[in-house]
Amino acid sequence: MKPTHLQQLEAESIHVLREVAAEFENPVMLYSIGKDSAVMLHLARKAFFPGKIPFPLLHVDTTWKFREMIEFRDRMARDCGFELLVHRNEEGARQGVNPFTHGSALYTDIMKTEGLKQALTKYHFDAAFGGARRDEEKSRAKERIFSFRTETHRWDPKSQRPELWNIYNARVRPGESIRAFPLSNWTELDVWQYIYLEAIPIVPLYHAKERPVVERDGMLILVDDDRLKLRPGEQVRMKSVRFRTLGCYPLTGAVESTAAILPEIIQEMLLTRSSERQGRLIDHDQAGSMEKKKQEGYF
Amino acid sequence: MAHQSDLIAEDIHAYLKSQEEKSMLRFITCGSVDDGKSTLIGRLLWDSKMIFEDQLAALRADSKRVGTQGEGIDYALLLDGLQAEREQGITIDVAYHFFSTDKRKFIVADTPGHEQYTRNMVTGASTAQVAVILIDARKGLLTQTRRHSYLVSLVGIRHIVLAINKMDLVGYDAARFEEIRREYEAFAAGLGFAEVVAIPISALQGDNLLAQGANTPWYNGPTLMEYLETVPVAGAAADRPFRMRVQWVNRPHLDFRGFCGTVAAGTIRPGDAVAVASSGQTSRVARIVTMDGDLDEAVAGQAVTLTLVDEIDISRGEMLTPPEERPCLADSLEAKIVWMHEEPLVPGRSYLLKAGATTVPAQVRELSCKVNVNTLRHEPGKILALNEVGVCTVSLGRSIPFDPYRENRGTGSFILIDRMSNATVGAGMIERPRQRAAGHWLAIELDKKARAEHKGQKPRVLWFTGLSETGTSSVANLVEKKLHCLGRHTYLLDGEVLRRGLNRDLDHADPDPVEHVRRATETARILADAGLIVLVAVTAPCRNEQLFAPEEFVEIFVDTPLVVCEKRASDPHRKAGAGEVRAVIGSAAICARSEKPQITVAGGGRAPEEIAERIVAELFDGGIAEDDALLGSGI
Repeated sequence: MKPTHLQQLEAESIHVLREVAAEFENPVMLYSIGKDSAVMLHLARKAFFPGKIPFPLLHVDTTWKFREMIEFRDRMARDCGFELLVHRNEEGARQGVNPFTHGSALYTDIMKTEGLKQALTKYHFDAAFGGARRDEEKSRAKERIFSFRTETHRWDPKSQRPELWNIYNARVRPGESIRAFPLSNWTELDVWQYIYLEAIPIVPLYHAKERPVVERDGMLILVDDDRLKLRPGEQVRMKSVRFRTLGCYPLTGAVESTAAILPEIIQEMLLTRSSERQGRLIDHDQAGSMEKKKQEGYF
Repeated sequence: MAHQSDLIAEDIHAYLKSQEEKSMLRFITCGSVDDGKSTLIGRLLWDSKMIFEDQLAALRADSKRVGTQGEGIDYALLLDGLQAEREQGITIDVAYHFFSTDKRKFIVADTPGHEQYTRNMVTGASTAQVAVILIDARKGLLTQTRRHSYLVSLVGIRHIVLAINKMDLVGYDAARFEEIRREYEAFAAGLGFAEVVAIPISALQGDNLLAQGANTPWYNGPTLMEYLETVPVAGAAADRPFRMRVQWVNRPHLDFRGFCGTVAAGTIRPGDAVAVASSGQTSRVARIVTMDGDLDEAVAGQAVTLTLVDEIDISRGEMLTPPEERPCLADSLEAKIVWMHEEPLVPGRSYLLKAGATTVPAQVRELSCKVNVNTLRHEPGKILALNEVGVCTVSLGRSIPFDPYRENRGTGSFILIDRMSNATVGAGMIERPRQRAAGHWLAIELDKKARAEHKGQKPRVLWFTGLSETGTSSVANLVEKKLHCLGRHTYLLDGEVLRRGLNRDLDHADPDPVEHVRRATETARILADAGLIVLVAVTAPCRNEQLFAPEEFVEIFVDTPLVVCEKRASDPHRKAGAGEVRAVIGSAAICARSEKPQITVAGGGRAPEEIAERIVAELFDGGIAEDDALLGSGI
């Protein structure tokens, strides 16, 4: 009875989830509602079955997420029975920080990065699960599964630790915390194959459907609500589109597609030649942007 | 070969079905940039079509700009990593790359080949099943080849691909290939590899990477990819006796108690008898629980939850095993340790050892010898520096179950953690248990030496003297706490406590210090005989030092000027003048000092914490609290 690669990946991820739950006082799972989060949630349910997941799931709501993401989030919390925490950077929301007037870099910094830091500080979490994978971007190839953060949530290259075998050094000083990435060795294809095999529910936006979009800055933006103000010359068109990655709707580009069911999505993914993050505007902003963001505590 | 098969486009459902049976392989590539390692990996990623269009465009642009291949694509650029270069201090990295074919998913660990990155290579190799050792066909075997081969052998890799690269630069000469292959075979004979497959390749031209190279018609072996796709991955662990460390105890409600963990070896089925390795308690497996339903069996690598027939309390860190095939159980072991930190290993220092889910205090008692990773020779040494490999004796705060590393990587490995910085400082591979604690109860004659060895320390009597206000007592208390944190087994004999108990019958109105001291001394002697470090904070005009062995007795004189004491003293019975000391039994203690106390620290105007720290520092500096070489040497 030889395990398949997905079974092996699954077992290794469950091992990481259990280890963090056992070694840390107050862990949390960062839930971004996307496909990687869906897999992480599924793995957490398996890791602690038949008990409940022994930590909450946290969503940092930037207030600009696709509406369908929010609906999906709340439904999952009800159906799976996990504790859902939703945090907003209230100060930023009060000041009306948004991607249109503030630009994507600043907006993300305030509503997402700062929001996350606020939540981590507020709830005193000492370990946060993230769905990041090593294959997502060059800067992540060298990331370890446990990533140590200072009291101010910064990533210092000097305080990271080598990871041997499947032994994880989980010792931290008061105030320090870690990010743990149970999906480190999963590729995008692994994630989709697993979703397919396990019939894991995902946000409908991943499936192609006729949706109202505008073309802006070389991307197809979904007109998700009336906060999107049309620029002169822009026209809303109904197109069959889907999303390869989910984020804040003004910053996430759709792709034209007819892949409505999961096998078609996977097929399209295998045949398409554009890497996943290319749809996310924030990655293009500054040189080595993901790494800068990691240093700043984003991830 | 890769995903660009027609099946994907024509029948995605059939394709997905075919993908459900893929296995996974982890391998490490050993070599340097000059050997073409980056080009090799880049080429594998490229050829398996895991490069996306935007990455491809970027690669073409980068190749033109900074590549080393002129107009051609420089595959090595695909592996460029973090923005901050190594100069910024990121020195523990292992880069992990992923690609897959129809048959397998691959995880490639890549580290620099230079000697200063030994710890990185050990890290990357620790989870790998195969090592691809690169050789530049022009240069043949180098020192680094030997080093890399030794390191992967040390870490337990048994399948080697000798990728003899740059064959295009030696005219694809079969004789040259053979020459190198034979030389390597001779060298590697002693390294315990199960298989060494030599393949002539050209990473740049693509010969024998995926397809048979047209330029090497004399070669009939597998291509690199063929080998990687077919080498058996089921580890040796599958055939070993069952082992599972309890990682998490699952108690959602009173009627369910499940022990969660990853099976480290063997197979387990409902009904199988299991034992808890450290306590010997036995039971049977009732169910193997997973969210996908109960299993009929679980094998090495699976993460499961076991329930037992009996209501046994098992905590995280314990190991479940078959009752008849138990692991070693010892609190002293011999291990090969690779030092991973800039601050060297100093024998005697206290660390934490983490093996799986078990964490215990540990001390490297002895560095028997070092292994020169380039010559593979054993050499003597006093300390183990960064990237060095040593054979060490490690003693633990308590017994732990384990198997020798060569039998099972999962149950024979550990890391050492520095207690202060929490850094991972060492990677250990257990060879064997040391001395008597081999898991059996033996009839042995217990004596002071045996008890002391059991605790990993030399018994001492630390007798505090000096004029102090709240006491020698509070300082002694702090010293005891510090020694305790450092892994020592201690006991504080406090005069106050004795007076209320053992010496309750003594007349305090008419103080009888001699008897008081005699009893304290005898008690200290008994405790030292039990192997403890005894701290004595008792007032006395004299001591019976003769009862103790000279190297055992340590007087610690806390020098506090009389004037300070008088100001602080609250006890109205206290009388003292310079040169004359009268002992009073009680909290405002005064202790006479001898002619030559072993340790003297200044006490005036200092906080007890400070004094205690000073004392502990002196104890270690003077080698008093350290272990004596006698204890560690082979017996």
